[in-house]
Amino acid sequence: MTTHQASRDDQSGLREAGEAGLAAGISAVEVTHLRKSYGSVVAVHDVSFSVADGEIFGILGPNGAGKTTTVECVTGLREPDAGTIRLLGLDPRADRNELHERVGVQLQDSAFPAKLRVGEILDMYRTFYRNPADRAELVEALGLAGKRRAYYRSLSGGQQQRLSVALALIGGPRVAVLDEMTAGLDPQGRRDVWQLIEQLRDRGTTIVLVTHSMEEAERLCDRVALIDGGHIVALDTPAGLAARARDGKTVRFVPSGPFDEGVLTRLAEVAGVERDGRHVVVTGTGELVNAVVLALHAAGIDARDVRLDAASLEDAYVRLTAEHESPRGGQP
Amino acid sequence: MNSRHPFVRPRAPRAAFGAIFRNEARLAWRQPAGAIGAVGISLLILVIFGELPVFQQPSSRLDGLSPFQIYIPILISFSIGLLALVYLPGPLVSYREQGILRRLSVTPVPASWVLAAQLAVQACLMLVAVLIIMVTSIAFFGQHAPWNPGGFLLALVLSIAASFAIGLCVAAVAPTSSAARGISIAVFYPLVFFSGLYYPMQLMPGVMLDISHFTPLGAAVQAIVYPMFGEFPPATPLLVLAAYALAFGFLAKRSFRWE
Repeated sequence: MTTHQASRDDQSGLREAGEAGLAAGISAVEVTHLRKSYGSVVAVHDVSFSVADGEIFGILGPNGAGKTTTVECVTGLREPDAGTIRLLGLDPRADRNELHERVGVQLQDSAFPAKLRVGEILDMYRTFYRNPADRAELVEALGLAGKRRAYYRSLSGGQQQRLSVALALIGGPRVAVLDEMTAGLDPQGRRDVWQLIEQLRDRGTTIVLVTHSMEEAERLCDRVALIDGGHIVALDTPAGLAARARDGKTVRFVPSGPFDEGVLTRLAEVAGVERDGRHVVVTGTGELVNAVVLALHAAGIDARDVRLDAASLEDAYVRLTAEHESPRGGQP
Repeated sequence: MNSRHPFVRPRAPRAAFGAIFRNEARLAWRQPAGAIGAVGISLLILVIFGELPVFQQPSSRLDGLSPFQIYIPILISFSIGLLALVYLPGPLVSYREQGILRRLSVTPVPASWVLAAQLAVQACLMLVAVLIIMVTSIAFFGQHAPWNPGGFLLALVLSIAASFAIGLCVAAVAPTSSAARGISIAVFYPLVFFSGLYYPMQLMPGVMLDISHFTPLGAAVQAIVYPMFGEFPPATPLLVLAAYALAFGFLAKRSFRWE
């Protein structure tokens, strides 16, 4: 075998290895030590994560955290200063044609010519791909069926957003990268899009989701990376992140009459008691509700409107981003 | 059969260019300012001049041509210049501003295909404009088809190439679409002046005539007038046009930003 042939075989071998790796459940997206700065401003310091084939992976974080820069590097729009990125084993810049054939992208603020009709834009994008998705099904799922003859400029913000999601998915992608896909959608629109994303996941599409919506992340994501100040500050399942936010639980209730707080504070389950207007807020662990209600009953007090709050992803988000923020102090 | 041949880069389906071209053509149809300007204004001037008896008199000061005749190449170069310099850069820059090119760059299709489709649509409009001017002057005003069709075609192609190159350069340097429109107008009207639209070249004083011969639209008029009424165009206007096409084409390619 000549050297020339050997190098050919190496290249086709690489691609085969990539496909085989996917079949074996190796990452669909692999980001390692990504770094990107604009002039002296470092947008992304050091971000690494991997997304398994068929997973819905969320990227959360405050504005300016580096989420969009990360997405832009992952989709090949920007060249990273350092680090490596592989999607389906492909380099976003070196293998751009092959990558974009299989990776659908929805960008923030993308627009289309005002005087093209929805159907014309969809049909045009459909021709870009070798194995496009079913147009009718996509249009139906996104509630655009009645808008096929409408000019782009006549669409509402929510309809433009749905079209943008449709165009990210029209190529029948293996991986979809969606940057704030439900921004500007009404509650029904969000539910429609979520349902579509769940259907895609069931068919094996890998999804990377940048979002501000905790509800969205909690409902859809298998795992979530919380990015702040260009770093990943937490990476876990939504439930795992929430559990980190607060140790234990909170019980709120309205007492039927005045009572001595000592009745509660002496309980092993109770960590603290606070007043919040008419409400009493008890924090603690274990069978907190039972312990509180029984102790009050023994003291001749009824607890009304009892509510048990479990920690949510939102609590985790606020706490983890605040923790990260505080040492820098001086930032506005 | 080896479908994994490593030296064949995967490409977007060819049908994609057709789809982009069709949509660009639809946009040109739905926003017809450029087409109306290029075809309508030229046709209007042509018909008005055609109806004026004094414009039909051949004049020794105009190299034996009538004023009507010398206006035919001027109106052709006006149509080409208007489309390439005024109606190409603005929309192209707004595609960049609105993120349309950026969105395309995350598909398998190169963003340059949109540019190519826009040029193709504009070139079609230019040819329609030329055809209408020629057919009208032949059918209604007793003119002749170009004496030297090969030279005429070459002059047209070079004129279109030079105008496109300048228009693309404007699109490359303009930061916003309104800036593009401003630059376009500032570039277009002086060039039109030197093409002889307001004051035929044959009557220009020496220095102005010299300048005119080295401006793109002036050279276009020169290159077109010869094959239309006589022989193959002389080398100077053809070389001037080719130089504009190459120099500005190179500059545009160097400085064009996709986002």
